[in-house]
Amino acid sequence: MSDIADRVKKIVVEHLGVEEDKVAEGASFIDDLGADSLDTVELVMAFEEEFSIEISDEAAKDIQTVGDAVSFIKDNADE
Amino acid sequence: MSDLRRVVITGMGMVSPLGVGVEHNWNAIANGKSGIKKIEHFEVSDIKSQIAGVVPTTKDETPTDGAFNADLYMLPKDQRKVGIFIVYGMAASQEAVEDSGWAPTDDESLERTGVLIGSGIGGLDEIYKTSLLMNERGPRRVSPFFVPACLINLISGHVSIRYGFKGPNHSVVTACATGTHAIGDAARLIALDDADVMVAGGAEGAVCRLGVAGFSAARALSTHYNDTPDIASRPWDEGRDGFIMGEGAGAVVLEEYEHAKARGAKIYGEIIGYGLSGDAYHITSPAENGDGGYRAMKAALKRAKLNPENIDYINAHGTSTITGDAMEFAAVKRMFDGSLDSLSMSSTKSAIGHLLGAAGAVEAIYSTKAIQTGILPPTLNLENLSENCQGIDLVPKVAKEKSVTTVMSNSFGFGGTNASLIIRAI
Repeated sequence: MSDIADRVKKIVVEHLGVEEDKVAEGASFIDDLGADSLDTVELVMAFEEEFSIEISDEAAKDIQTVGDAVSFIKDNADE
Repeated sequence: MSDLRRVVITGMGMVSPLGVGVEHNWNAIANGKSGIKKIEHFEVSDIKSQIAGVVPTTKDETPTDGAFNADLYMLPKDQRKVGIFIVYGMAASQEAVEDSGWAPTDDESLERTGVLIGSGIGGLDEIYKTSLLMNERGPRRVSPFFVPACLINLISGHVSIRYGFKGPNHSVVTACATGTHAIGDAARLIALDDADVMVAGGAEGAVCRLGVAGFSAARALSTHYNDTPDIASRPWDEGRDGFIMGEGAGAVVLEEYEHAKARGAKIYGEIIGYGLSGDAYHITSPAENGDGGYRAMKAALKRAKLNPENIDYINAHGTSTITGDAMEFAAVKRMFDGSLDSLSMSSTKSAIGHLLGAAGAVEAIYSTKAIQTGILPPTLNLENLSENCQGIDLVPKVAKEKSVTTVMSNSFGFGGTNASLIIRAI
């Protein structure tokens, strides 16, 4: 699972231009990492791409933090 | 605009195929350098025109030779969300704003400062690439930043967000006349007291596969100089065969005269005339005898309350197309019939190509530099004057020293849209 967390972290660092150590499990994309609503849409797309999954708009609404993303992917990715 | 508030230029910035920065550009242009090269950053082997004025880039944190490092103007994470035309626009605006020394923090000043930057085409490469992606992968792969990456008014949007300028936020889209219209319209906003300061100009980043293919299909581009790009742009020369696409941006800070004086700003020149017209003729060809261009110049002179003999230098539209150059030449001859001996005209597109929506802004800056330095930029590659382009000093091949106080800058666009600016020393 640490593999998933690392890959999520890498995507977040790249897309939001934040320092890697800021991307803690509890970090909120919007409140802690400076994302706006469009950034979060793009992040979700990047997760879909990286992990070959589909994240519905409903599910995306609940992905607010790095940890939310990791656990959703853990539950839904085939790998 | 003498019955209205006076408008002066207090800051200038640019990115062109010659590189970044007004001083760098001016030195290059006055020394006869060309920024036109073989296109190497995308496939052109199946396109007839294979050359362009391409902005030289670098990743060096302290660039030399005017090379453009986008990271100095926008964070990499933000660059991914915009078309390159927006990055060029931000870079030119940053230089212009810093040059002007205008850095207000109080609400009133910020609300009296606006932005009016246009583009001819906007995010063409984003449209192209996103279309391919959507065709291959479906709509779910379209980025949420696709639309704001392409929209032309987003240059003005980004500049206002960066500096907090809350005055008029506007844009212009008039093809190759965009930059000139943007500066003229912004000057009017100040003249009419809608703002005290405006950042105005144009930006373009359409040197991409779809852009070159499109202009090539319209038979607008040069095709005979693919192996000798630096001699391809040759306005008024017998051997000219079409324009060469260019990219970049130009921005000026325009300011109400008393406002500029009160804060001790350096003043480069005054916008005293602006004229506009429409051809009502054809989507890509200029009207017979350059009638639209003639009427734009006439309108600018009327607004400036000047006679034709008062104009010392014209920075021509001069794109190096067979018809366009001849039409503009005819229009200038008709307009300046009594003062052709004292008039000089040149085309800086001979050095940088045609920057489309950025052309007018970059050329207004070159025109202003001519006033400041007493040097007229050359028309490169003017070896053999076309038969129908005789009788005006076109500053062939090398820059010349000539003291000028009043200059005109012309731009004409597809659709039959024409604009002419007059700038005077102050």
